[in-house]
Amino acid sequence: MDVPRYERLWLWFGIVTLLIFLVVTGVMAFSMDIHPANGMHKTAAPEQVLATAPFDQPGVYPLGNNEYEVVMVAQAFRFLPETPTVPVGATVHFRVTSPDVVHGIAIPQTNVNMMVVPGHVTDFTYTFKEPGEYLLLCNEYCGVGHHVMMGKLLVQ
Amino acid sequence: MEEVKNVGFGGATVGTEPFQFHPKDKLLIKAHIGFAFVALGVGALAGVLQTLQRTGVIDLPTSLGYYQLLTLHGVSLALVFTTFFIIGFLFSGVAKTAGGELSVRERMWGWIGFWLMLGGTLLALIAIGTNDASVLYTFYAPMQASPLFYTGLAGLVVGSWSSSVTIFSAFRRWRRAHPGESSPLFAYMAVATMILWDICTIGVALEVVVQLIPWSLGWVERVDVSLSRTLFWYFGHALVYFWLLPAYIYWYVNVPRLIKGKIFSNSLPRLTFILFILYSIPVGLHHQFNEPGVDSFWKFVQTVLTFFVVIPSFMTAFSILATFELAGRSQGGKGLFGWITKLPYKDVRFLAPFLGMLLFVPGGIGGIINASYQLNQVVHNTLWVTGHFHLTLGSSVVLTFFGISYMLIPVLTGRKLTRAVNYLGILQSFVWVIGMAFMSGGMHAVGLLGEPRRISYTTYGDAPITQAWLPYRQAIALGGGILFTAIILFLIIAIYLWLFAPKAEQVNEYPIGEVDADQQKPPYFLERWSIWIGVAVGLILFAYTAPFVQMFIHPAPGALPMRTW
Ligand SMILES: [Cu+2]
Repeated sequence: MDVPRYERLWLWFGIVTLLIFLVVTGVMAFSMDIHPANGMHKTAAPEQVLATAPFDQPGVYPLGNNEYEVVMVAQAFRFLPETPTVPVGATVHFRVTSPDVVHGIAIPQTNVNMMVVPGHVTDFTYTFKEPGEYLLLCNEYCGVGHHVMMGKLLVQ
Repeated sequence: MEEVKNVGFGGATVGTEPFQFHPKDKLLIKAHIGFAFVALGVGALAGVLQTLQRTGVIDLPTSLGYYQLLTLHGVSLALVFTTFFIIGFLFSGVAKTAGGELSVRERMWGWIGFWLMLGGTLLALIAIGTNDASVLYTFYAPMQASPLFYTGLAGLVVGSWSSSVTIFSAFRRWRRAHPGESSPLFAYMAVATMILWDICTIGVALEVVVQLIPWSLGWVERVDVSLSRTLFWYFGHALVYFWLLPAYIYWYVNVPRLIKGKIFSNSLPRLTFILFILYSIPVGLHHQFNEPGVDSFWKFVQTVLTFFVVIPSFMTAFSILATFELAGRSQGGKGLFGWITKLPYKDVRFLAPFLGMLLFVPGGIGGIINASYQLNQVVHNTLWVTGHFHLTLGSSVVLTFFGISYMLIPVLTGRKLTRAVNYLGILQSFVWVIGMAFMSGGMHAVGLLGEPRRISYTTYGDAPITQAWLPYRQAIALGGGILFTAIILFLIIAIYLWLFAPKAEQVNEYPIGEVDADQQKPPYFLERWSIWIGVAVGLILFAYTAPFVQMFIHPAPGALPMRTW
């Protein structure tokens, strides 16, 4: 098959761009360990979430070493706890699950963006560098009250 | 009329004698295109109402739910309009290039497909209308819609499989009649598009038929949510290429004739379509980056596969521009860029898709951003994403479909695309672009400021950040209104061309470009579908086996049905 010369140059340009993109995302993922939210640990059946540790007592728990665990439940149509508070500059590990349908958690102006899937626990780690009151909202359609599903994250 | 050789287009009666569709083919094509326009009208009305609601311009009556309208908008446009229109368009080009007409049996498969899809659509619309399926067009479990909704969707998919039989069998019939010749490019591309569609819809069919229908009937208590989402997105990403490829067919095959040019190459477009089959399906996990239950390593593998789409996209950009340049030069375009002025911008059949091509540049770049493993975090489920697919599907594809309609309706009805209507079409296309600039531009910007997609009007208890969203919401509302105006204008023109325009004095030509005479015959391996289907299946197994095995070995506890609307 005959590929014209200019097209070959153009395709090489495309392939090199592609390789650069892939190397950048690959280095970020595997040497800098920057991954999107995930979680391979399972919870109990969704309807038992609110009776199962740690989700029976959602809240902020210090782990020592300036690390905190934020245990949250995303349910139709609220977050538990509604106003978690974490210290500025601390490493914050979110652990979130849902007792009903799929939800999302996003904190605008940060990179916090997690899907919450019933049956699973979503993990995501983030450090808030600026103090303030952050809006925390559900960003996956979860029903008639989806657009009022919100909370506040206080960084002090 | 000049005598033109059938170079690489055996079966296509290019420029030798006036071609007319067989009346029975006309009817089949018209049925598909006509119903597609009905879905377009319904989807656009639902679209403008939900836009005005979500931006705070109007207050919907409580009997009409925002999420119900949003479901209607998504299902009507993303699933119904596109599928009917695409199949109608593919039937037209296949009938024309694969021997001039469909066989009796091919028409039968086409009609079976039509009625199944129509019946399925009506069932789904009933469920949406009674508010028993306000689950949006992605219908994520464990929200449970009425069984009617899922059965309807299954009908739509199974019907489209029947339509693909029409296309495959027409292609095979042509090949048997022309041993050793290279196949007509349009028919080849139509086959590639339907192969892609058939492979990807297996995922959503499994989700709907094996998981959701028995569960919605109460035969099974629980549903594995991760599994259903993964099956959905196995289909959901390839779906966007199913929309795009017919637009590419028009750009590659029909447009060269409209601009009095030649198809630049007979082999590279085929290779492009093969690459789309290979790299459109094993990439669905890039819609699931931020969710649990799928190993990060496999998310990354699918990121790599997603990025390979750069290659067929670059090839397409090159081929289309080369075709334009050669056409412009052959008509006296001088200098480096003189050819640009020679293109028929005053022909809406060319102009509308041309505008779509321009908007595909930012659309494609946005897609690369979304597929970037880490960058996705910034935009996932924000209005940025909605802005993105209104540039790709809503602009590149839909503008091309406008152009196809302005070409195809006169061919089918024997009426004339008059000067006045042509200019009205140009106006309509520009109105669409302006509306999209406001709406999609506003969505991209406000998405970066964190406004989620898929929400009804809210200020989140007057959270300060939502103040920053307000001006963009106004732009989105304005854009939505302009887009709705453009759709009304389009439907008026379509109805006029269909029923009222003056009869054409000559037979309207169905434009099929020819390949440049000094082009080589495409290598035979490009015609060996079994090889490419095998490679595609291999890539799919590579990319999906481990994630699915993990879901079966360590299944998450199933979820009970929920009705939260
Ligand atoms: Cu929610």
